[in-house]
Amino acid sequence: MIADILKETFWSLSANKVRSGLTILGIVIGIASVITMVSIGQGAQKTIESSIQAIGSNLIIITPGAQKSGSVSGGQGSSQTLTVGDADMIVAEVPNVKGIAPEVSKRYQLNAKGNNTNTQVVGTVPDYLGVRNIAIDSGTFVTSQHVKSSAKVVVLGPTVRDDIFGVGADPIGQTIRIKNVDFEVIGVALAKGGTGFSNPDNSVYVPLTSAQHFLSGDTFVTSISVAANDQNSMTAVQQQISEFLLKSHNITDPAQADFTLMNQTDIIATASSITGTFTMLLSSIAGISLLVGGIGIMNMMLTTVTERTREIGLRKAVGIKKIYINMQFLAEAVALTFLGGFVGVALGWGASLLVSKFVPQLTTVVSLSSVLLAFGVSAAVGIIFGFYPARRAANLSPMEALRYE
Amino acid sequence: MIECKNLNKIYQTGDVQTIALNDVSFSVEKGEFVAIIGPSGSGKSTLMHILGALDAPTSGSYFLDGKEVSKLEDDELSELRREKIGFVFQAFNLLPRTTVLRNVMLPLLYSDTTDEERVERAKTCLAYAGMEESKFYNLSNQLSGGQMQRVAIARSLINNPAIILADEPTGNLDTKTSNVVMKAFQELNQKGHTIILITHEQEIAAFAGRVISIRDGVIESDIKK
Ligand SMILES: Nc1ncnc2c1ncn2[C@@H]1O[C@H](COP(=O)(O)OP(=O)(O)O)[C@@H](O)[C@H]1O
Ligand SMILES: [Mg+2]
Repeated sequence: MIADILKETFWSLSANKVRSGLTILGIVIGIASVITMVSIGQGAQKTIESSIQAIGSNLIIITPGAQKSGSVSGGQGSSQTLTVGDADMIVAEVPNVKGIAPEVSKRYQLNAKGNNTNTQVVGTVPDYLGVRNIAIDSGTFVTSQHVKSSAKVVVLGPTVRDDIFGVGADPIGQTIRIKNVDFEVIGVALAKGGTGFSNPDNSVYVPLTSAQHFLSGDTFVTSISVAANDQNSMTAVQQQISEFLLKSHNITDPAQADFTLMNQTDIIATASSITGTFTMLLSSIAGISLLVGGIGIMNMMLTTVTERTREIGLRKAVGIKKIYINMQFLAEAVALTFLGGFVGVALGWGASLLVSKFVPQLTTVVSLSSVLLAFGVSAAVGIIFGFYPARRAANLSPMEALRYE
Repeated sequence: MIECKNLNKIYQTGDVQTIALNDVSFSVEKGEFVAIIGPSGSGKSTLMHILGALDAPTSGSYFLDGKEVSKLEDDELSELRREKIGFVFQAFNLLPRTTVLRNVMLPLLYSDTTDEERVERAKTCLAYAGMEESKFYNLSNQLSGGQMQRVAIARSLINNPAIILADEPTGNLDTKTSNVVMKAFQELNQKGHTIILITHEQEIAAFAGRVISIRDGVIESDIKK
């Protein structure tokens, strides 16, 4: 019996190659496009998340200026309320702080050897290395000695080194000019890759005091990065910093705070809401493809209803029972949707791997849920529209079915 | 074995009513060979479909082996058609894009006969219906009308049914093949099969032992030899 059903299904599908082929094509297109689109969207999300993680771990960033809800860039440098003193006191007063790095960051014109470049100049302290997860490729980073003496030394990000001195060159001991002050290159940072907000590879680092004396000309800082000991102490540390700063700045109403605290979770949440929109957009496109594919399947199944109804009438006329007819046509619909489903999943998977390969900034992520959704929808459409008319035909009398138009 | 009482069949297409059968009553004994004869549109096919349990009459009752067919469930009807009735359609009704052999084996699907047995039986029936062996694996839609007719006849024989109902089985055949096919029906009849066939040719009707003529849905005459 079951062998007969399988054989009939196989014969019926291969005897109607065009019909089967077009149905499978509809399913393949629907499923493959959903999987690819969603994988691109989720890949973009993952890529952004991981480049935010790369800034440092368990990081809290304090910036001057009032809280602006939902803003990623904040008002860095726009108001002057934070000082190195704030950072020193946080270390003294707040437990569970692993490292703290105040910084003065601004873009300046750099020149050396006749090359010009406009670059983020970060004035900071040795802790910055650990707090912001930066490693040194050659030479040394800014030391506390440099900070104490306002030394005119600079550490280059790898991109800056490549731009000014050439790819892979050794610039240590050379001089570069920032805002008409000569700084000696003492080290080069290791490339972090990725696409951070202020790309660390395209920054240079000088001692905090040097930045204040020679570049900004005041005693304020543009941000303070705090690394908490671990993930669990993040909330407490953030809370305590907030309370402490409010007290030391003599502010009673937290809504009037002259600083903003942001941790990675906030940043990721904000970024995710942006990439989420992007994913939504792609998913809508994918949804439309799925719909189009579905309509294709439906159309195919419905245009063949007449022929199928007559065939079913004939099968009943020669004495085949309803149940076998139903089972055969169900098996046919299932075979078509699964065949198309597997090809579609494979194609979608392959396409998203290709995107990963040819767009290096984007690592696509094929998610199980998109596979299941795409598969589920087209299977449902295929089975409902393949099986339902057959079932209806099987309920007619043989002559009614044979005369169907 | 067949008993019809006051059969009526009315087709309703939109506002138009066609009375295809009007109060038809007759019975057929086991082993009879009956020819139904009548002009086109007289209701022969309609009557045949009711006898074949393929369609229900609008009113009246039809008993087959003492069972009232209109009272049977859908699956019981299928079983009845499969076990007792071989039907040759006027329009052949073969599965398109399917080989001759598979068409003939169709009624054997989901039965507990082996593949070899099915092929064996199909070949025997095809030979019986006068089909040349070289065409067994041709697709049904590549056949001539006469060849399709022989396939349809072979298919009706495959379950060795007690009753064979044939709607103009020689309509597309030349005289020579017609005679081959009619001889085969005669032989089947001698083996005990009940045969009812439709024709509009007197020579074909002459093979039968009883001729019922029908006009405008009414039985005109019923003559036993
Ligand atoms: N499905 C149908 N719907 C409407 N009228 C039909 C249908 N089938 C047959 N008829 C009509 O019923 C009458 C008898 O048809 P039929 O039984 O096919 O005649 P025959 O086989 O003797 O030529 C004809 O007038 C025909 O037009
Ligand atoms: Mg007719």
